[in-house]
Parts: sequence; structure tokens; C-alpha cells
Amino acid sequence: MALQSLDIARSSATTTPPPSVRQTTEVAKLIDVSTCIGCKACQAACMEWNDIREEIGTCSGVYDNPTNLTENSWTVMRFAEVEEAGKLEWLIRKDGCMHCADPGCLKACPAPGAILQYANGIVDFQEEYCIGCGYCVTGCPFNIPRISQKDGKAYKCTLCSDRVAVGQAPACIKSCPTGALQFGSKEQMRDYAEHRVVDLKERGFKEAGIYDPQGVGGTHVMYVLHHADRPQLYNGLPADPGISPLVHLWKGFAKPLATVAMAAVALGSLYHYVTKGPNEVSKELEDELEKEDAL
Amino acid sequence: MIRNPKDLVRYTPEERANHWLGGICFILLALSGLAFFHPAFWPLTQLFGGGVWARILHPFIGLVMALSFLSLFLRFRALNAMTPVDKEWLSRMREMVDGNDHNMPEQGKYNGGQKMMFWAIAVCLLLLVVSGILLWRAYFTFPVELVRLGAVIHAFCAVVMICTIMVHVYAAIWVKGTMRAMWHGTVTRAWAKQHHRVWYRQVTGK
Ligand code: HEM
Ligand code: SF4
Repeated sequence: MALQSLDIARSSATTTPPPSVRQTTEVAKLIDVSTCIGCKACQAACMEWNDIREEIGTCSGVYDNPTNLTENSWTVMRFAEVEEAGKLEWLIRKDGCMHCADPGCLKACPAPGAILQYANGIVDFQEEYCIGCGYCVTGCPFNIPRISQKDGKAYKCTLCSDRVAVGQAPACIKSCPTGALQFGSKEQMRDYAEHRVVDLKERGFKEAGIYDPQGVGGTHVMYVLHHADRPQLYNGLPADPGISPLVHLWKGFAKPLATVAMAAVALGSLYHYVTKGPNEVSKELEDELEKEDAL
Repeated sequence: MIRNPKDLVRYTPEERANHWLGGICFILLALSGLAFFHPAFWPLTQLFGGGVWARILHPFIGLVMALSFLSLFLRFRALNAMTPVDKEWLSRMREMVDGNDHNMPEQGKYNGGQKMMFWAIAVCLLLLVVSGILLWRAYFTFPVELVRLGAVIHAFCAVVMICTIMVHVYAAIWVKGTMRAMWHGTVTRAWAKQHHRVWYRQVTGK
């Protein structure tokens, strides 16, 4: 989503500061997994607000539908059946972009301005500048971005940056019938989540907690989990996500260093030529051969 | 146009065409690849019609380069086998670089440095093709950790390759009378006798 803005905190492949005079409050979406009923109203609201439509799928035998995120489905409900203390638990997690404080997608993106992070924390793809290389997929620790088969651009949840910019809550929040989805300032959401965790602990979920992983600097989409000690139970939510060391190596300090090395080889060659002079064929040899020819 | 019938043929037209195809591919690959490498090089995408075109074209040019080098590799592989003389040449490369090549051991068609270059390019290109395919999201999907590893290998080999080729091109500029071997295929006898004496004897029978 394009959003002409003065509150850009970070811009992909950009080495000078982006326009950032406007100060805005950090926002967050809170997903309270313990009160989600898996109705998928948020999936429908997302498609409706963003004017995207998933192809009609088929039942895969479980409730997941569609079964994965796609360029048209920026959020999906993931259903997991796990056995806890001899009892079946149906864990339902709304999956989608986490809007990381330290976004791997943005770090990996080679196209200037194709991924922005606003001061409010939203990470937003600017599809008109996207070149379709898929580096964001490589950089993301949560496997979120999807490249469209139709136009070769990367898509994902925008946290309804267009709505938030004018003081509205994201579309999914509006549609949630149980209040499992909440939206507000990050601070408010953490407070609210803490109060939910207390409640869950009282009800016997001793390991209830907030999922706001510090490995990516915290996220602007947080979960309340009944089993915060084992986030993997919720369809493989990573326990300790972070930008992969390989991505750090690939996109970190090695690149400017390599650039300097290439420049050094070019300049070194020039220096060699200027100081040592060309390696000419020796006059002696030429004369010698000329003499031979004359015989 | 033959100016001197006594000049020695170093490369056939097929070999030269093969070499230039590789050279052109390399330049296009380096320019389009560097554009993704660091924001400082991003303006290079303009040479290809923008970022999307650079992204689309780069891997296809890569495939052409791989095939073209494969053909070059098969032609010159045997001539680039390392020998003890090459090792000696390499151990005394300093003298050569200093412009003091009088006492360097006599060389066949290629010297130790050229052979090292040949093998370095072969290894880099193999790794570039394999890692490049891992990165080719338009047509392939591999496990993400593998793609991440591919990205590191591709970027690393690309830098090594670019540095190696710069040295390769510079060597051809530095040693006068060399460029024409790749332009029109011949070198003077004096050039051959000075830089590749064993080869000179082989082709002239002297
Ligand atoms: C001389 C050979 C080559 C050079 C110098 C080269 C150079 C580069 C460079 C510098 C990058 C950017 C890496 C980064 O962002 O860190 C890149 C990306 C890439 N290369 Fe290569 N490369 C070569 C051959 C190939 C080959 C043979 C293939 C595939 C068959 C390939 C496919 C790719 C792909 C898919 C990307 C990702 C960007 C994109 O989607 O275009 N490259 N290359
Ligand atoms: S979850 Fe993935 S796509 Fe979303 S901000 Fe984090 S790295 Fe980017």
C-alpha cells in the first residue's frame, strides 16, 4: 500500500534517513488466542477491505481454509489439535505478518523504498517499487510474504496502514465477534495482554503469557498464548524468532567491505600500471627474430 | 587482414566467439547482480530497463554464461592442467608483478597464474549457478535455510568472480600484444617467445 508519509522510520535499501519528522504512537494488534473461536470473520474482513479475493478452494480435511497464506490471503486461521494432560486442545492461531520492530524482510530487500517501516511500527510493502526477487521471503523469520503468480510482486498484511493512518482500527479488528482481536497503542496492548495473562493463570493455564519476541526487537502484532512456554504448539509459531545469522552475514557489514575490496582491485590495477608501466615485448627479441627472418 | 604471415595463431574464431559470449554475459551479470548487491549500485538497474527487468534477465543471462563457459571449459581444460613448473612460476609471481620476468620459468600456452584464474572461474561459476538456482524464486521454491545459504554463497562467489575477472582483464591490458589474441586470434612471434616460450617452440618447431 502506498502511503505518502512523513513518519517513515526505515526504508529498504536506503542509506540516507527517510522522511521522519512526524512523530506517531507505536501501535499494536493483540491476538488473544484463548478467546478466538476460529470463525474467520477476520479473513473475510481482510479480503473485503483490501479488495482481494482468494480462489474458491477445496476442503483439505481440516478447518484450515485456505490452507496457507497467499498473495490474496494476508491472514489465515491455523488450527492445531494437541493433547495436553490427556485432554484434547484445539489451538487456533490467526497467522499473518508480525510487523517486527526489526524486520528481516526490510533488511533483505534490495529495492529502495519497496519496504517501509512507519514510526507507528507498521511494516508495509510498496508493491509499485517491488521487483519480485523474493529476498523478503528469504529474510522473514515467520514465513509471511508471498510472491503473486499474476504480477510477480510480494504481498502481505499491511496492518491496514491506510485505515490506521486516518485513526481507524484494522478491518480484522472490527470484524472480530469475541474481542479476541484488539488494537491500540503498543503500551495499551501490553497492559491489556498482561491482564488477560493474569486471568488465564487464575483459570489454570500456568504457562500463559504474551508473545512479543525480543529476537526481532518485539512485534507490533502480539499474541496472548495459554502455552507461552511452547509457542511451537500453535502450528509452529517459532519459540525464539530472529533474523537468521545467514541473513545478517549476507546483508550485514560484509557487503560494504566487499564493495571496498572490488574497488581496491580496480584501483590497485590502475596503480600497478601507472607505477610499473606496461609489460612490452622486449626489443631484443623482436630484433633477434627479424635477424632470423633476414637469413 | 594478415599483416604478417609469420604471426602465430593463438585462438580460432570459434574459441574467440565463445570467449566473447562469456565476456558479454559476465559484464551483464555483474552489472545487474551488483544492482541487487548494495543500494550504491542500484542505479545500474536503469541499464536493463529498471529493477524488474534486471531481476527477470539476470538469471537467464546466468544460464547462457554457464553454458558458454562449459563449452570454453571443455576446450581449454587440458591446457590448464597444473604442472610443477606452474607451481614454481606461482611461487615467484612477485618478480612477475614487479615487472621482472626475465628469470621466470619458461611457460607453455598458459602460465601458472592464468591456470589458477581458469580454475577459480570454473569453481566460482559452478557455485554461482547452483546458488543462483536456489535464489530463483520466479521458478523454484527451496527450503528457506537453503535459500539463505545460497544467497551468501552467491554474493560471495560473485565478488570473488568480479575481482578475478578484473585481474584477468588487467593482465591482458598490462601485457602488451595480448589483446589481439582475443580480437583477431594472432600474436607476434616475439610476444610468444617472451611470454610462452615452450608454446612458441611447440608451434614454430624451433
Ligand atoms: C558470473 C556470474 C554471476 C555473477 C557475477 C552474478 C552476480 C550476482 C549478484 C552480485 C547478485 C546479488 C546478490 C545479492 O544481492 O547479495 C546476484 C543475484 C542473483 N543471481 Fe547472480 N550472478 C551470476 C550468475 C548467476 C547465475 C548463473 C544464476 C542462475 C542460474 C544467477 C541467478 C541469480 C538470482 C536468481 C539472483 C537473485 C536476484 C534475482 O532475482 O535476479 N546468477 N547475482
Ligand atoms: S513478519 Fe516477516 S514480513 Fe512481517 S515484518 Fe516481520 S519479517 Fe517482515
